[in-house]
Amino acid sequence: MSLHLSYRAAPGNPWFSWQYVRDNSDTILAALREHASLTGRAVLIAALVAVPLAVAAYWFRSLAGPILALTGVLYTIPSLALFAFLAPYLGIGALTVLSVVVLYALLVIVRNAMAGLNQVPPEVREAAEGMGYGRWGRLFRIELPLALPGILTGLRLATVSTVALVTVGVVVGRGGLGQLIFAGFQNNFYKAQIMTGTVLCVLLALVLDLLLAGVGRLLTPWLRGRAG
Amino acid sequence: MNAIEQAIVWLNDPLNWTNPGGILDRLGEHLGMSAAAVLLGCLVAWPVGLWLGHTGRGGGAVLLVSNVTLAVPTLALLTILPLTFLGFGRPSVVVALAVFAVPPLLANAYTGVRQADPEARDAARGMGLSGGQVLRRVELPLAVPYLAAGFRTAAVQVVATAALASFVNGGGLGQIIRAGFGLDIAAGGGQIIAGGVLVAGLALLVELILALVERVVTPRPLRRTSRRAARRAADAVTGG
Repeated sequence: MSLHLSYRAAPGNPWFSWQYVRDNSDTILAALREHASLTGRAVLIAALVAVPLAVAAYWFRSLAGPILALTGVLYTIPSLALFAFLAPYLGIGALTVLSVVVLYALLVIVRNAMAGLNQVPPEVREAAEGMGYGRWGRLFRIELPLALPGILTGLRLATVSTVALVTVGVVVGRGGLGQLIFAGFQNNFYKAQIMTGTVLCVLLALVLDLLLAGVGRLLTPWLRGRAG
Repeated sequence: MNAIEQAIVWLNDPLNWTNPGGILDRLGEHLGMSAAAVLLGCLVAWPVGLWLGHTGRGGGAVLLVSNVTLAVPTLALLTILPLTFLGFGRPSVVVALAVFAVPPLLANAYTGVRQADPEARDAARGMGLSGGQVLRRVELPLAVPYLAAGFRTAAVQVVATAALASFVNGGGLGQIIRAGFGLDIAAGGGQIIAGGVLVAGLALLVELILALVERVVTPRPLRRTSRRAARRAADAVTGG
């Protein structure tokens, strides 16, 4: 009942409109670009910090417990609270958004990279040692390649959740596509704008995920026969 | 006066707690909509997950649901649902939050039934129990640690996500943070941090309480399984 009423009351508010997309392509593309660049930078920074951290936890077992506990607690903290903690110090802008999403991506990658490294069979490690590999040689030639599936899983999860998380950046005015969604809501609940932002968000996550899956396939040719 | 001192001052003002729209009001709203969302999620996800686990089909669908919901921004659902037949107000916020409670609940119900010892299942079949009886009397009790783990994950996630309801003026503790941002950083910095402390504190508290509850309600022989279930649940949710 109310469905029909609302549709009749707002005939000029469709869920999707090419007219809107055409007329606002500049804004939409700028939002998409900002979203993609924030996501890309965040995942890159997070990976550069997370993988060495996971290796440190793998080498020095005593670090593994505290790292897991700390990431667990941090992961429980809601994103909006993290924005609240950082914004007064980092200011209103892209730096705050980047810091928050880097932190969450970091947690996901560290956990998956640690799981990947711990999955390396002890026999393999011993065999490598017997062949005369040192600590670093073993890491780069044996352990990291074998942990690659775990690391890639972490990267994919981190990327997809980062795309969704960046939208919360509207709280400091830098939410990428979230800005589009939120503006649509405030602009008299303009459905076409909200929907365009949402669809682009999900598509961006999907494309980046497929991209990383493809990279993963290229990097781990030895897994291909098993999966197929 | 720096932002942290401001936050302490803000939290120490009794009026900020008892005023209409103060902390106590917001806390009530926050817990109310979180509870409703988790309840709704359980009502939808548990029967479906248990049934899929019982029949052994739909593992791919369970994975798909968790992957898709991961990619959908909370903000999008919060803004879209009020424009559908749900209308503005509490129902659409609760449904939006419930959507994000479904994946952990579903995945754990599914895994919980799937991991039941096949020999126990066969024995029950051999005793002449029907499919529904096997599910109710054998698989369901064995799945309890998993259901508890899923409930905890879902509840903590919903309490955390409920802070975002403030974007659509849905109430909750997030509203305090949003109001602080509305004031501008210099003036509202203290309130922003105070709101963050409240939101984060509530999420951590719920996590802690549910962890204790989970431990108490799980019978001692099953506790080891429960820990394993929590780990598997985390794996299922993160897809690892």
